[in-house]
Amino acid sequence: MTSVIVAENLSKKYIIDHQRKERYTALRDVLADGAKRAVSKWFRPRTERDDPEHEEFWALRDVGFEIHQGDRVGIIGRNGAGKSTLLKILSRITEPTSGKVSIKGHVASLLEVGTGFHPELTGRENIYLNGAILGMSKADIAAKFDEIVTFAEVEKFLDTPVKRYSSGMYVRLAFAVAAHLDPEIFIVDEVLAVGDAQFQKKCMGKMRERHEERTILFVSHNLNAVRALCNKALLMENGKVAAFGDTVEIIEKYMEGLDEQGEMSREWPDASYAPQNSISALSKVSLCDASGGPLQETFTNTQLNIQIRFVVKVPGSTVGITLILYDSQGNCVFSSINNNDSEWYGKPMPIGTYVTTCQIPKNYFNDGWFSISINMFGKNYSEPKIENDILRFHIQDSSEIRGDYHGEYCGCVRPCLGWDTQALNNKGLRGL
Amino acid sequence: MQDILKKATVIEAGATERHYWRELWRYRELFFFLAWRDILVRYKQTVIGIAWALGRPLLTMLVFTLIFSKLAKLPSEGVPYPILVFAALLPWQFFSNALVGAGESLVGNASMISKVYFPRIIVPTSSVIVSFVDFLISGVILAGLMVWYGFVPSWHILTLPLFVCMAFAVAIGAGLWVAALNVKYRDFRVIVPFVVQFGLYISPVGFSSAIVPEQWRLLYSLNPMVGVIDGFRWAILGDDNQLYMPGFSVSLVLVVVIFISGVLFFRKTEKTFADVI
Repeated sequence: MTSVIVAENLSKKYIIDHQRKERYTALRDVLADGAKRAVSKWFRPRTERDDPEHEEFWALRDVGFEIHQGDRVGIIGRNGAGKSTLLKILSRITEPTSGKVSIKGHVASLLEVGTGFHPELTGRENIYLNGAILGMSKADIAAKFDEIVTFAEVEKFLDTPVKRYSSGMYVRLAFAVAAHLDPEIFIVDEVLAVGDAQFQKKCMGKMRERHEERTILFVSHNLNAVRALCNKALLMENGKVAAFGDTVEIIEKYMEGLDEQGEMSREWPDASYAPQNSISALSKVSLCDASGGPLQETFTNTQLNIQIRFVVKVPGSTVGITLILYDSQGNCVFSSINNNDSEWYGKPMPIGTYVTTCQIPKNYFNDGWFSISINMFGKNYSEPKIENDILRFHIQDSSEIRGDYHGEYCGCVRPCLGWDTQALNNKGLRGL
Repeated sequence: MQDILKKATVIEAGATERHYWRELWRYRELFFFLAWRDILVRYKQTVIGIAWALGRPLLTMLVFTLIFSKLAKLPSEGVPYPILVFAALLPWQFFSNALVGAGESLVGNASMISKVYFPRIIVPTSSVIVSFVDFLISGVILAGLMVWYGFVPSWHILTLPLFVCMAFAVAIGAGLWVAALNVKYRDFRVIVPFVVQFGLYISPVGFSSAIVPEQWRLLYSLNPMVGVIDGFRWAILGDDNQLYMPGFSVSLVLVVVIFISGVLFFRKTEKTFADVI
């Protein structure tokens, strides 16, 4: 088997500036800091050099692996394990700080659906534009145009601006363009999470085509999707490769690791690294009890309040929150939007910090592991920012609704449902 | 493992740098697609797109003619004042639109930059093309004005493409500087409108640079747009307009410096764009 991707000692360093609110610098701060430094130098010429405001952060550290032609590799790991950074380096969006990767063959990467799509342009125009952005030549796109349109099922809307498309159509069109790149190496990040189940199946089928030659790198939180598509898995932990090998084994290993450490609360003290869109940023997500205090343990009969704290950055924005809950297999249990909150939902919000709380009644979950993803969006569901795997918690068994049953309950919920038994035709019985 | 190292793409620190121009050539089609998208969007959204391209230079020309010719009674070098103004407005508006457009281009395409690889220089340079389309539309107005005044250009007009190239060089050079600085220092964008507004008054748009006292003209030419505008006037207005060669040479050198330093600075900073944008 020939190797198509060989990574050696790959590392990527970021500098975190603790004082900065945003990832970019402001010129006025640079000037002000420069002046401050010059002044303090004048008065205290021998100040120490170390700088507590800047901290190095290694998103990847000495990562090495070898991928053979035809491998379909699922990259799994917790948030912040370095999966996205690795994909960004492999798709050449950012350069590694040290180390190197050799890649043989044409790479297409799909880190986002519809990159470069312009809402004002028609479907036809966007196909050409998106194709060019993904590295196709004009002649290539023209040759595959009909195939793309048929695959996306948007024939009737080819000359409609994509801003009038439903989100499903939008995703289908975007994926169709990428799927027809026909690359030797395909890098896909989580994008299949959107779109309906039938289309997801179609995409999986498209990716599996020519699987002898085509190499796929697939990042997903949906372990079932990884299991279905991939023959190998790469587990990342804290910027390093924790394990690489057979999918089933690695997923098992990953889930064992998860059992040890749950996360009931998560906070982003540094706003520049918080999940955000242009109008708002998440600042804290935590599991609380009914009175709002932090929870240490959760049982099937605990009432769970999920508190989501966010910051509104632009005055007058409307911000909505969707909570998506997954079981340990990556199956979605439910999603819920805070649009039945009458206090702030859909109303313009002044700049400041807000907290929205989702109340999940007791006796709702079965025991087991669950994780939370949050989608933070603007007016009319625009600018969705989806952050996966924010919390992960273990619901422990309680005896409250068990009664005399001591075995396992199947399914991911264990609701306390009303039961009613009535005897029918009892007159006849009495006669016996 | 060794066989892959032949013919393979190698990703490591500084790798993009080495094959820069080859990569740029490979992505040439994207350059045209992005320019095409920007032009399409601009003229699609409203009819105002075209009205704006036509109206802005026309109104500026009217106001400048009124103020500088009728009120301030500045000399017109023997050509109709509106034509004198318009010959300068053409490169000036091209430059100022390009500067603003290029400055916003990287931040405006942030999602593309953080999600797809391509040589980043394509984004600001293709945005300059949009300004060039406005420039061509304004050119049609100038032709109309010349017909209206019965003004016949001399052979100098044949040299106009050279000065257009000079305008391109200064627009792209300055645009690259602003685009790169804008990614790094996000409040840089407030400086650009100021530069554009200020530049309009310190460049010889509403008046001829011949009214600048002889001893100051060389210093005045340190503004590279002075050379570009003088060149345009010389090419369009013909024999009535003398080109002040020492000043023009200074401007020309500066244009070349701005262009080359712009490309170098952009190349130096573009590696980090995806990390900070």
